[in-house]
Amino acid sequence: MIHPLLAIDVGWGTTLAIKTVIVLGIVPLTALILGYTFLLKMMSHMQSRLGPMDPGGFHGWFQLIGDGIKFLQKEDIMPGEADRRVFALAPAIVVLSTFLVFVVIPAGPRIRVASLDSVGMFNGVGVFYALAVSSLSVIGVLMAGWASSNKYALLGALRAAAQLIAYELPLVLAVVGVVIQAGTMSLQGIVSFQQHGALFGFSGLGFPLILTQFIGFAIFMVAAQAELTQPPFDMPVAESELVAGYMVEYTGFRFLFFFIGEFGTAFAFAALAATLFLGGWSVPWVHGTAADLLGPFVLFAKVMLVAFLMFWARFTYPRFREDQLQAIAWKWLIPIALFNILLTGVLKVAFT
Amino acid sequence: MRREIKGMLTGLGVTFKTMTKPAVTVQYPHEREDPAPRARGVIALKEENCTVCMLCARSCPDWCIYIEGHKEQRPPRREGGRPRSVSLLDRFDIDYALCMYCGICVEVCPFDALFWSPEFEYSETRIADLLHDKYKLGEWMETVPEPEPLELGAEVKGKK
Repeated sequence: MIHPLLAIDVGWGTTLAIKTVIVLGIVPLTALILGYTFLLKMMSHMQSRLGPMDPGGFHGWFQLIGDGIKFLQKEDIMPGEADRRVFALAPAIVVLSTFLVFVVIPAGPRIRVASLDSVGMFNGVGVFYALAVSSLSVIGVLMAGWASSNKYALLGALRAAAQLIAYELPLVLAVVGVVIQAGTMSLQGIVSFQQHGALFGFSGLGFPLILTQFIGFAIFMVAAQAELTQPPFDMPVAESELVAGYMVEYTGFRFLFFFIGEFGTAFAFAALAATLFLGGWSVPWVHGTAADLLGPFVLFAKVMLVAFLMFWARFTYPRFREDQLQAIAWKWLIPIALFNILLTGVLKVAFT
Repeated sequence: MRREIKGMLTGLGVTFKTMTKPAVTVQYPHEREDPAPRARGVIALKEENCTVCMLCARSCPDWCIYIEGHKEQRPPRREGGRPRSVSLLDRFDIDYALCMYCGICVEVCPFDALFWSPEFEYSETRIADLLHDKYKLGEWMETVPEPEPLELGAEVKGKK
């Protein structure tokens, strides 16, 4: 039975408008939440300082919004030699890739923008889609670096391209284990597999896939860190070497776009990790409407947990060298991920 | 490999432990931490000790001390003696916009006319107001702490 509140029948246009507004609001909001909680506050306390305390009255909660307003009123500078159209388009593409990942992440049995569970002949492409669009940002980054007509920006963009392509592979391979075990590429299907699963016959906890896919989870987290170009993998934006990499010529709201893209993507990857490995919105025994109401909060809590791990590593480690970065991807993560796939496949065949 | 992993985990532990401890930051305008009693906050002038010898002005690396003075005749100390001439300050300014708080003037003063005071809250909105004249420098004298007691067995210099 559907709850009357959720059964209000509206036209597809209204639905589309509501979804658009929610997505447009949610992505910057998630960037704000992560930026404030982790970048401003947790990082400060990890360095034994307080961070912003005055803006907004309570622990500086208004700081990032104030920064956003500041960025909006700044002059929009474009270098004279820049490729104007590409320069202007690049930040939009970076943010676009973030928005597109949010589309498939389910926050409840019915709360999602699109499940992509049946596209043409494919049955469930959620995981495939999410990983594919998340790597769109590398095009935006390359465009930004090239169009800036700045050597440092180009160096940063090329570093970013090399890095994102290198870490795309372990990211995808780490997820393959989950897909094999759940038997579906649909994110909703993976969540329900984890919700209905049982642990040695005990179904009270569901079956979060991190219990068997912990290798995959670790690789996913390391690769996601590199995909986000966060320390210790922040060579593309290394400010002591490249000023700010591909962002060096950007000012005002275009720079703000990169910021939203960075933290929005961090949230999206944390949400992906939470969905794939920690059971997403699901709570065992909670089904139907209750799950719809509870789901977003459960998902948010899990996302914050994963994001905590990501930012914890970010604020702890210094930057790697460029060759170390490549060595970690090709010599360690990819072989381990391949081994994990092999192991998962063998065990799946052996136990079913 | 094991060493590296151990090192990485130790690093995570350090940041986590720091996070759980209270921050060392002092929220200055709301709460203040008193500086050490001998902190170099501001230089105070004891005008009656000054002989306008100009040693401080000449030794100042920033040339931020401005001195003007004149001589006056004073009656002789003893009956039938010659009248004494004393030097008096007309102007003694320290420009704190230039001062780099090296303390050479305080060190070099032969007559103990300059002292360090731990006061530090004298910022101004106009840079010209950072030029403290001799009256303002004299007012800082109230904030100068008593000199520290001599170490045990130290030789007391001077008369008496």
